[in-house]
Amino acid sequence: MIPLSWYIIFAAVLFSVGLYGALARRNALAILMAIELMLNAVNLNLVAFWRYLTPNMVSGKVFALVVFAVAASEAAVGLALIISIYRRRHTIAVEEIDMMKW
Amino acid sequence: MLTLTQFVFLAAAIITLLAAIMVVTSRSMVHAALWLIMTLAGIAVFFVLLNAGFLAVVQVAVYIDAIAIMIIIVVMLTQRSMGVKDPQRNKTWWVALIAALLLCGSLVLMFTQTPLLGVEAPALTMGPEAMIEELGLALVDVDRYILPFEVASVLLLAALIGSIIVAWPGRINQEPEEES
Repeated sequence: MIPLSWYIIFAAVLFSVGLYGALARRNALAILMAIELMLNAVNLNLVAFWRYLTPNMVSGKVFALVVFAVAASEAAVGLALIISIYRRRHTIAVEEIDMMKW
Repeated sequence: MLTLTQFVFLAAAIITLLAAIMVVTSRSMVHAALWLIMTLAGIAVFFVLLNAGFLAVVQVAVYIDAIAIMIIIVVMLTQRSMGVKDPQRNKTWWVALIAALLLCGSLVLMFTQTPLLGVEAPALTMGPEAMIEELGLALVDVDRYILPFEVASVLLLAALIGSIIVAWPGRINQEPEEES
């Protein structure tokens, strides 16, 4: 069968891909998508640990559901911010959004 | 020799990782959003492999239905800002690449040397129906997880109201256009 380390290694690689995307992209939307990738990697870890270490408890799944809720709120607020910034500045490139920078 | 589940795992892992790499490298935002949907579907396959069918359904309903569609709509609304021909990476993208590779390498090295992670999955004591029932009861039980559940609902409501206020169109038109 599949050992636990396969899931953990896969989630680590997926998290690193998301980290690269969040740090290297210029488009605010692309950064948001990369953050979704990282959240998914973390969620997969939670569920994998639940299945392999504590399959008779529900805490792992409850945490995963809370992460789903946080991801949905984060996407909603992030997309609203991007729309608002686009209305005011006509750009979504992160280095041009510098109103709060000295 | 690979068993069937191992084969499914490896195929899903390769497809998901390739899709994830396409998300962070493709020049067109629409393509990136479509690859994101592919990645999220791959994660749903892993939830099924982990006997968490309910979470797989939630993954499809919340991520692929709601979040991905919202992202695609915003991509189409803001498409005039950054075209396909503009550079998509910032000046320090190579630092990000080195950081991501370092993190990935060290995590994988650490995980391959931890003997605890070689464990096999123990047999489940409950059927799938009973597991979903248990999860639902745990979420509304006063002694167990009702507080995180309620906090998550309030957070969702706050995020909903907040995003409506932030994206409200009427207010901005009355203000003078900012100097950029």
